[in-house]
Amino acid sequence: MNIVVAMKQIPDLQQIRIRQRQPVLDGVPAALGIIDKNALEAAVLLKEEEGGQVIVLSAGNEEVEETVKEALAAGADQAFLVLDDSIENADGSLKAPILAEAIKKIDDVGLILFGEGSGDNYSGQLGSRVAELLGLPQVGYASRIQIQDSQAIITRSLEDGDELVKVTMPVVVSVLGDINEPRIPSVTQILKAGRKPKEVLELDELELDLSGLPQIKTLSNLAPETNRKQVKVGSVEELIQALKTEGVI
Amino acid sequence: MAGVIVYSANPELALELITVARLINDKVVALSINDDQLAQALSQAGAQAIKITHPDLVVADTAAVAAAIKQVLDGVQADVVLLSSDRRGKELAGRLAQVMGAGCLTDVAALEVKEGQIECQRNALGGATIAVQCIEGPQLIAIRPRSYPAAGTAAGSLEEMAVEIKASGVKVLEFKAKVGDKVDIEAAETLVAVGQGLSDEGQLAGVQDLAAKLGGEVACSKPVATDKKWLSEERIIGLSGKKCKPQLALLLGISGQVQFTVGIRDAKVIVAVNTDENAAINYMADYIMQADLHQVVQELKQKL
Ligand SMILES: Cc1cc2nc3c(=O)[nH]c(=O)nc-3n(C[C@H](O)[C@H](O)[C@H](O)COP(=O)(O)OP(=O)(O)OC[C@H]3O[C@@H](n4cnc5c(N)ncnc54)[C@H](O)[C@@H]3O)c2cc1C
Repeated sequence: MNIVVAMKQIPDLQQIRIRQRQPVLDGVPAALGIIDKNALEAAVLLKEEEGGQVIVLSAGNEEVEETVKEALAAGADQAFLVLDDSIENADGSLKAPILAEAIKKIDDVGLILFGEGSGDNYSGQLGSRVAELLGLPQVGYASRIQIQDSQAIITRSLEDGDELVKVTMPVVVSVLGDINEPRIPSVTQILKAGRKPKEVLELDELELDLSGLPQIKTLSNLAPETNRKQVKVGSVEELIQALKTEGVI
Repeated sequence: MAGVIVYSANPELALELITVARLINDKVVALSINDDQLAQALSQAGAQAIKITHPDLVVADTAAVAAAIKQVLDGVQADVVLLSSDRRGKELAGRLAQVMGAGCLTDVAALEVKEGQIECQRNALGGATIAVQCIEGPQLIAIRPRSYPAAGTAAGSLEEMAVEIKASGVKVLEFKAKVGDKVDIEAAETLVAVGQGLSDEGQLAGVQDLAAKLGGEVACSKPVATDKKWLSEERIIGLSGKKCKPQLALLLGISGQVQFTVGIRDAKVIVAVNTDENAAINYMADYIMQADLHQVVQELKQKL
């Protein structure tokens, strides 16, 4: 059984600056979504027990070829990439059919893992869309995954409790950011990553009808106005005085 | 104006959705799945409530729920579906959107109808920005919990609708309810929030005393709850936690990553206590104290 892990290339959020309320993305390096790395770690841990291959799947612009090396270093065996500039900033309605079509080309897939949300938009819809397109069951917000024969036993962590479910594979699962602690690859693993097999497709090779997609239009995207006082206070007395003047204590 | 259907398995959130739906259309269809009590509550809030019935349909089976809702959509003329953006709602959102051929926005904090177009506000770039977005074609919008008040009482109606579903691959073995932290940090006027600057769990007692003294609640950054497990997840401020608007937010040992600050930027007064003079949180604060938080907590407790 093989495990597919869908990972999204995003701008490194730590390095985005705001200028006149506009995010400045020029020169910001690409990174993989942070919760996607938890999904990868979950896949690698399961593979270590169950065997099979971990295939990282990513769709985006041509930079993805470089970005995905991080996942190959951290335990993925192969990469399956679909490249096109139009994918990079598109919403889930466009990405879902692309990922679903790619997954159909991968043999013997038992689990398809996503992070609970991407690092940048945290929208959390792509896994559900892909499950629908593939006609597969899904379990979101997983905090534990075990495999028993052809079934997965998964704990879905909700706001008010933990739901233990049993589901027939193949299944699409999205994992929580605290399901595990992703490993840090060693230098040798990083060096070897470039040599792991990669299948790279151009978007038009998938022969999908993507007319009318994506469906989301962004009217504006600005940092909220902040006009905080930023007053430095030297002592607790000074702080108490200031808060009294503000009328908040 | 567009027909609107709302659904949430959580009764409180379902009533909030009715409020939002009325911004789009006075006539609101609200769904319940095999849940009499919810269906009653929806009709008493003035909605045209439809109880979807099928003996084997459980909310844990996202595929079946999406298929069931689609059958109602086909009968009622509606091109906008509102869901709650709690975990159940978000998981359903993508699936139902795909079934409907709809564009989908989740975690929407505010919505406005302008010239017939629904404009949604949601955080983007990890919370660094607020995007205003709209959907072309059928629309699925998941609304962040507690962004709108619950609908009040009004006369509605209630009917039942049987649906067909396929046998599912998802079976619930057990449900363990989370025990007890019923704190509502979003309602608190004063929050004392701790981050990873807190040296150990034992130091929490002092922080709790301070919060009590200020008449507020203790809150935290995400790692304090999810990695260290010193406080419950109910107390997390931020993108994957709560969005709070207290009068006073006292932030202790929190670095100020945007996924955190997005949950506190609407506070009236923000105080940051951090040993690092250049901590990002300082740019978000009204009062900045470069100091050891444990020291500050002790002194505040004595001097307040
Ligand atoms: C998709 C996604 C969603 C997320 N959602 C959330 C969310 O909802 N909420 C959230 O909080 N995080 C969230 N995060 C995580 C977030 O990015 C940060 O990792 C987290 O907020 C950091 O927590 P922290 O500030 O407590 O810890 P750190 O970043 O480790 O900061 C600790 C701070 O304490 C200071 N310090 C150390 N010792 C002392 C001392 N003795 N006295 C005073 N100060 C001291 C340090 O200088 C430092 O600034 C999310 C991340 C992702 C990717």
